[in-house]
Amino acid sequence: MLSSLGSAGGKSTKPSFVSYVTPEEIKSEKEHSRKEKHPDLLPGEVVFCSASTVLKYTQDDLSQRGVFGALLCTNFRVSFVSDEAPAEEMGQLFKNKLYGENDIPLSCVDNIYGGYEDKKKLLTGGLMKNKYPSKIIIHCKDLRVFQFSLTFSKEEDAKKIFQGIIHHCLEPKSLRCLFAFSYCENTSYPEMQRKKQTVMFDSVEDWTQDMKRTKGNCRLVSENRSFELSPKLPQFFIVPANVSDEDLTKYQGKGLPMWCWSHHSGCALFKTASLPLLPEDNVPQTHMEKMLTAVAHNHLYSVKTEDLSETLPTVQDIQLSYNKFKQFFLIDNTTEFWMSDMKWFSSLDNCGWLDIIRQCLQKAVEVVECLEKENTNVLIMEEGGSDLCCVVSSLVQLMLDPYYRTLLGFQSLVQKEWVVGGHAFLDRSNHLHLKDKVESQSPVFLLFLECVWQLQQQHGPAFQFSETYLTVLSDSVHVPVFTTFLFNNDSHRDSILKAESPHTQRGPLNCPTVWDWSVQFDCKAQDLFTNPLYAEKPKQDKSVRKSHRPKHLRQLSLPSSAFKTPPKKGFFKDEADSLKKILRVKRISRWMLSPSDSPQTSSSAREFYEAWQAKPLDYHGLLLPCLDGPSIRVWMQRYLRWIHDVQILGGGPVAVLSKVSEILGEVQELQRELDRHGCTLASNHKGARPRAKTAAEIASRSSVRLSSSFPFVTSRNWSFKPAIPTSLLQSLMVTGIAGNLADRADDGDDLQSMV
Amino acid sequence: MDKQFFGGVAGGDSTAQPGVANRNNKPRTLATSGSKQDSLETLDSPTGSHVEWCKQLIAATISSQISSVPPDTASGDCKAPRDGSKQVQMDEVPLVPGETIKAVAKDVMYICPFTGLVTGTLTSTNYKLYFISLERDTPFIMDVNLGAISRLETISVQSHGENTRGMEIVCKDMRSPRFAYKEDASQPEIVEVLAKHTFPLSNDLPLFAFLYKEDFPVDGWKVYDPIAEYKRQGLPNESWTISKMNSSYEVCDTYPALVVIPSSIKDDDLKRVVSFRARHRIPVLSWIHPESQATIVRSSQPLVGPSDRRCKEDERYLQTIMDANAQSHKLTIFDARQSSVADNNKAKDGGYESESFYPNVELNFLEIPNIHVMRESLRKLKEVVYPTIDEAHWHSAVDQTHWLEYIRLLLAGAVRIADRLESGKTSVMVHCSDGWDRTAQLTSLAMLMLDSHYRTLRGFQVLLEKEWISFGHKFAARVGHGDDNHANSERSPLFIQFIDCVWQINRQFPAAFEFNELFLITILDHLYSCLFGTFLYNSEQERVAKEVQTKTVSLWSYINSQPEDFTNPFYVDYEHHVLYPLASIRHLELWTGYYVRWNPRMRPQMPVHQNLKELLFLRAELQRKVEELEREASSSRGSLSSSSEHTSSPSHSGGTPLHTIV
Repeated sequence: MLSSLGSAGGKSTKPSFVSYVTPEEIKSEKEHSRKEKHPDLLPGEVVFCSASTVLKYTQDDLSQRGVFGALLCTNFRVSFVSDEAPAEEMGQLFKNKLYGENDIPLSCVDNIYGGYEDKKKLLTGGLMKNKYPSKIIIHCKDLRVFQFSLTFSKEEDAKKIFQGIIHHCLEPKSLRCLFAFSYCENTSYPEMQRKKQTVMFDSVEDWTQDMKRTKGNCRLVSENRSFELSPKLPQFFIVPANVSDEDLTKYQGKGLPMWCWSHHSGCALFKTASLPLLPEDNVPQTHMEKMLTAVAHNHLYSVKTEDLSETLPTVQDIQLSYNKFKQFFLIDNTTEFWMSDMKWFSSLDNCGWLDIIRQCLQKAVEVVECLEKENTNVLIMEEGGSDLCCVVSSLVQLMLDPYYRTLLGFQSLVQKEWVVGGHAFLDRSNHLHLKDKVESQSPVFLLFLECVWQLQQQHGPAFQFSETYLTVLSDSVHVPVFTTFLFNNDSHRDSILKAESPHTQRGPLNCPTVWDWSVQFDCKAQDLFTNPLYAEKPKQDKSVRKSHRPKHLRQLSLPSSAFKTPPKKGFFKDEADSLKKILRVKRISRWMLSPSDSPQTSSSAREFYEAWQAKPLDYHGLLLPCLDGPSIRVWMQRYLRWIHDVQILGGGPVAVLSKVSEILGEVQELQRELDRHGCTLASNHKGARPRAKTAAEIASRSSVRLSSSFPFVTSRNWSFKPAIPTSLLQSLMVTGIAGNLADRADDGDDLQSMV
Repeated sequence: MDKQFFGGVAGGDSTAQPGVANRNNKPRTLATSGSKQDSLETLDSPTGSHVEWCKQLIAATISSQISSVPPDTASGDCKAPRDGSKQVQMDEVPLVPGETIKAVAKDVMYICPFTGLVTGTLTSTNYKLYFISLERDTPFIMDVNLGAISRLETISVQSHGENTRGMEIVCKDMRSPRFAYKEDASQPEIVEVLAKHTFPLSNDLPLFAFLYKEDFPVDGWKVYDPIAEYKRQGLPNESWTISKMNSSYEVCDTYPALVVIPSSIKDDDLKRVVSFRARHRIPVLSWIHPESQATIVRSSQPLVGPSDRRCKEDERYLQTIMDANAQSHKLTIFDARQSSVADNNKAKDGGYESESFYPNVELNFLEIPNIHVMRESLRKLKEVVYPTIDEAHWHSAVDQTHWLEYIRLLLAGAVRIADRLESGKTSVMVHCSDGWDRTAQLTSLAMLMLDSHYRTLRGFQVLLEKEWISFGHKFAARVGHGDDNHANSERSPLFIQFIDCVWQINRQFPAAFEFNELFLITILDHLYSCLFGTFLYNSEQERVAKEVQTKTVSLWSYINSQPEDFTNPFYVDYEHHVLYPLASIRHLELWTGYYVRWNPRMRPQMPVHQNLKELLFLRAELQRKVEELEREASSSRGSLSSSSEHTSSPSHSGGTPLHTIV
């Protein structure tokens, strides 16, 4: 069977989805595994190989104890099926329907290490030796760590499962091999109901609607319906009204300003893939000038540009930093963990991840300032136009537009800016392990979610969705079932789905999107996606809203006195006068961009923040993040949830959640009571919240017994034994620091004198 | 480093000409005449370089338009200048009962590190320093309790033929506001008045707490009754007795009048134990486990000395403590010190219990550094958080202060103690050198983890009154109330460190405490303020001698008169659940709400939990409505009173929204 596995992947492979195992083999495998324990296979899931009597170490234990069971590798996951009776389903409220706690979707595997005696070696694909390690350590992209021992299995089985896992997890494969295709062929999902759902931005109506909502006044382009203009552009998009038909066809869409969002003042945010400006070639420059003029014409003939490639870290920087950062959380050794605890804060600074988050938020605040305070159009650009542009444009919209802070609004935003906006999800996550794509792998979308989490931490009640929602969304990127994260852009998605459809005449393959949360979670679990403390918008009729607007503007203008606005010399350049000249200035300024410039920008942004902060907070108005040192935090839920040693038993945010849910439940109960009496208290927005009760149910079950990892880890092996760092380490540390002060007697006087 | 800076100023005379402003040595001045002994003063200046300060001052002088005409209110005297005709109402200084205005200076510039220069009026009362400026749209107010001031420093700069005075107010609460004003020979120096009232004890004045005359509806001095507290714990019982041996503080002058000791101990033996323990702080009970009868016992170090002295009575005494707990035939001693330091102490006639002399005793060192290390750590922390924050290196900077590492050590130590009692069912004895610093930190933290009563608003007050105040944590020495000797090495922020630990536990268990962050901050503010008598003096004996309870007001009178401000809306009674906070740096965080609160950028715009409070309000409102309807219904139906009884009961359970228990 293994011989047939050899030729997988690669670009040259014939584009057909054929399992590398013959039907006979599948059958025999199935029969074989049926004799043993196997997980409930999903539709279209096929077991490739398996081994029994594999020992899974229980991560939370220093002693080499573990659970025996079977290890399987399917076309979807690596799965461990314990020999022991399945755990009590008490904590299984938040069960993922696609994979369980002992399953690792193949594309969720980050790194595999082989444990050879005492050495731990990083394994890469292609190294098919007959020797297999006694221990496999799997680091997952959702930060779980699994350790399996193969020493107790039959040698033949052990070899097979080892090579199978290496092959399917690490070696290049073709897109068609991803589980989504065989899954979708074998399941039928009803088309998502259009009403009350996420806006997909795959139709003229969706875009028109969004432009109408923001009162934008730009031009909808539908000429790319079948990707005639450029495969890099979405099917539908919006450009400034002054862009001509001729301009659309130039440079494959590069340099074309794509509308993102319109501010109520009329100015708008655009993004574009920048054109290479070669000094000897004037043509792209004139095109660029023309495009800038078009943007400027949108509102008051003003435009500011911002080249994100120059001012933000590159995708490679992001990847490098995240690689360092995630290591702090991939713990396979408790001693190591407590050792790293000492250097925690310094390590945090050194890896730079939090700083990258800060920079992105900072940039977004600068753009917000231009739109909100100066009412100028903004054009952000970068080389591909679909990485940091997506981060910044979506953050700007989150800060400015309360609609995007609702659950559906947020999903629509991701759909608009990322999925349709052409973020190369496939390349950035490198699901296919292609060697030539290693360089392009980068957690840009995760970076965005991190930034959203920071905003959410600082202004909780402004968001309808919860922290858990963001964590689950970040996990879902690595579940190869959803069309959302499998492709590089619209045309890529379109072509593959059409080509893969088994019945071409019936239209493209119908795969679920990640927004169809029922694929992963049942309704009760989905309740945890909403924030019980969300401050819902008080209902207003339209007339009120209109009169509200100018007030809104005044509210946000800066006080004229006291604050001296320094001359603006920042990254943003005014491009209003002569665009040609400005363009030259811009290019020269690349050399002039001395470090002394940056504090000026930030000091202006600082003032903008301070002026905003001085006003009373409106959860449905502009939202700015505080970016000072202590305000940017580590996303504890996402990163610490699997580490047993740092679970706060009986504590963590869930303690608050349960209390809130309980009160909500009581409020509802009381309201029902009132209704029964036929009297309705001036029904506040807080009133009817159907979800609250179930949430209360979840939380109140055992509020004291839940841990800070809720809802991700079930406290099955609940013990009240505290985690205590070893005293050896403590003394090691303290003597290093205390110096001679430590030797001094506590009080001025000597003990001698006292006795 | 600092010395270099200092030299820089001396050499920079051409730009800055700091005159000698040292008139009578009272306000400590940063004289820049180059005298060597003064350079020590700059060494521990927490706000960085002197040069920078001079520059700020000059900049302030140049940019300002201080009128050279002297302000016409020459009211430097004790009479309050309340000529309302001239002053806007906003200008009035709010005073607490007993507070009087001592000096007013006009046209003073506050060099605000966050918003720039502000010009306004600076008033010194006998309780606070109050600065108000009306030049901005909204009045700018800043006040500092005099008690929070660690030292005053002045500097003089000559510019345009006039002397400008700079005044830096170095505070214990993590800020150092700076002011600048024109010198005016015709007026008494505000600095002098300020210094006099800031350090009353150095100027033969009473602490302000003795002048404060507020009447609160609740008497906070009644919060702690040792007999009642011991009774709550189930004491006395057959093994433990509440002893009055120290009722006149003759046995131990730093212990409370009532202590709990083993009931079987004989007086003669006790005397020997007393003389064998440092400062006569014998092992006494702090807390007893309601089920296992395992106890937390606190003491000072035994006076073992370099020759390994033994005391049979002390050995037997510990055996008795061990025997009082039938569940375990062991006793664990946690010595909070670093083992190396304990050895040093041994050479100086102190020491620790030898496991070979004390059978079944297990000795552990918790390796916590001493008060000097902690003082230094907080000093470094102040540099990191005030006035500005370095964004990019924030975490490394915090790391280098080691503050959180020490917090972690304390929490880890307390968790070990609590675990020993709870899972090990073993009695624990805690001491350091004298048993009033680290010992108090550890026992009170462990008690907080073990006993949910201490996590209530009242219970926490009892905990402080008991473990800290009555057991002689030297608040006066550690804080330096009203004393001008800021360099005194007895000062150390141990109580702050403890409150920080409480905050960390609170953060990890947001629903387990009845009190909120404001409560903790208020405690720390009044640790310094000298407004209340609660934290004054070093021991119960001193407090009795000074009649603190009759002559001053308790902080708890204030707190308990408005408990709703200090209650945590998320509170759920965890009852008998032991809290084990995670002593991992990953779960510790710098308490920005306290240490960085002067930075306006770190202030939340919306009161925390505003949303939840609205919700609670809505619930109360609904409850009221329902009850009303029920009443109407029952009255109309007349005799059917039983139904109303029935339906009103659920609302009763949640009648006071802030105290619901699940």
